[in-house]
Amino acid sequence: MPYLEYPSKAVRLYNVGFEKIVEFFYNMAEARDRLRDEGLWFDYSPKALPERIEVPEKGTLSVKYGLPIYQKGGVCMDVTNVEQAQIAEEAGAVSVMVLDKLPYDVRKAGGVARMADVKVIEEVMEHVTIPVMAKVRIGHYMEARLLEELGVDMIDESEVLTPVDAKNHINKFLFKVPFINGARDLGEALRRISEGASLIRTKGEAGTGNVEEAVKHMKIIMNDLWSVSSLSPEERMHKAREYKVPYELLELSSRLKRLPVVNFAAGGIATPADAALMMWLGADGVFVGSGIFKSSDPRERAEAIVLATSMWDDPESVLEAQKMISEAKSMMGIDISSLRPEELLQTRGI
Amino acid sequence: MVTIGIVAFQGGFYEHYAMLLRAFAETSIEGEVKLVKKKKDLEGLDGIIIPGGESTTIGKIAHKTGILYDIKEVIESGKPTLATCAGAIMLAKKVRDAKVPEFSQPLLGVMDIGVVRNYFGRQRESFELDLHIEGMDEAPYRGIFIRAPAIVDIWGGARAISKITYNKEEIIVFASQGSILATTFHPELTGDARIHKRFISLVKR
Repeated sequence: MPYLEYPSKAVRLYNVGFEKIVEFFYNMAEARDRLRDEGLWFDYSPKALPERIEVPEKGTLSVKYGLPIYQKGGVCMDVTNVEQAQIAEEAGAVSVMVLDKLPYDVRKAGGVARMADVKVIEEVMEHVTIPVMAKVRIGHYMEARLLEELGVDMIDESEVLTPVDAKNHINKFLFKVPFINGARDLGEALRRISEGASLIRTKGEAGTGNVEEAVKHMKIIMNDLWSVSSLSPEERMHKAREYKVPYELLELSSRLKRLPVVNFAAGGIATPADAALMMWLGADGVFVGSGIFKSSDPRERAEAIVLATSMWDDPESVLEAQKMISEAKSMMGIDISSLRPEELLQTRGI
Repeated sequence: MVTIGIVAFQGGFYEHYAMLLRAFAETSIEGEVKLVKKKKDLEGLDGIIIPGGESTTIGKIAHKTGILYDIKEVIESGKPTLATCAGAIMLAKKVRDAKVPEFSQPLLGVMDIGVVRNYFGRQRESFELDLHIEGMDEAPYRGIFIRAPAIVDIWGGARAISKITYNKEEIIVFASQGSILATTFHPELTGDARIHKRFISLVKR
């Protein structure tokens, strides 16, 4: 079935090694390092590594960009307590994301949505062996510092929570812990990568159980990548200005024809078929928010989505996964066109 | 012509793919790479790689799709095997987690090593360190350890190839047994193909 080849293996197997991408970011920082020595630059880039590493060096770019590599082909599940986290782990999730409320409930509750209760996060960390992630409000350095101090494995600077800074995101190079950011198009993704994000996910429209927006955002990112790679260097320079990103970063991405960091799908994934669809569109893995624990068959559904994400290119296995759930038990979902513009989460922090 | 399969359920399998292509090019050994997800993908393999990822996820999917035992058979038949990070956990006969007690997961259990998952702690404790590896004296090897396990126990046919000192304790980070190589770090993330070349030379033999 040739249609299953889309968008081709090239999106996932690229000829530039992981170490070259890490080097790229260090090289970008090198010029700034020199300027910093002369007092002409502020601290907005990774620190160079010594030639030989004799004692363990923590928080390097290789380990920050590396962790998401080992999440690929997997499912990160939103959970609100230890019991849900254990269900996720037993089902084969590659990580859990601890929230105070599932995105669906955030949407319903209104008010200010903040970082989850740190005691709950801590409790989850003590009870599961897989990585534990948590969300912070866009621009909230202190919530991020606290989570780093707590030992959370990855931080999602998320539009699901209420942003505290309408203009700026966190400078993620200042942290030893890797960050996740949402994006709706290539420009947004590269802006976040230039701020130090280690993992990009589509924003989709969280808490709707409707994968429509995630599909849209993934296709836009993929199409943007193909179209910039066909531009002349001058036009790409122009595009970089339009995107408000360093030209070098756009050049690298267009060479790779993919994002230089791991790229997940998120926002409205509710069934195994949804997850497999996002993988087919070029996602490296998926986040499932409300889709699992807002359904009435979370155990089976969690297992089924894990299977479908890993085996997305094998219709027989995806069918088997789809049979493990019952459509009657799926979360109801929200028609996105029924939402008022101010109810959209995806327009926060662009 | 050699054929190497990479278990491709989850994790960093494309990084191994790219490294194998590099190792083939640097040794002028002719070879091809196959991603292994179903039983039929195991046919005709000369060697197999079990990549890093979440060992719980890889084990569960292999169990669910029913090829966990078939992979074990391939390894036990003596086909050269390279296992990194989660792969090393999969191969170990004894596994425990550093923090969460009484945890069980589907494993292959073919190597005489005892492994502790998340030995060094959480992601913020992930690190890079130059390693001295037996038989690679010309230059140190850059070890990238990401929420890495540690080999804390070794017996029978298994043998340590590289050790580090961490918090004054000596820990094995690279072990072999027959034609099995197991690392707790990620050689596929470095630009250094020496470990993959050692692996394909085992396959070629």
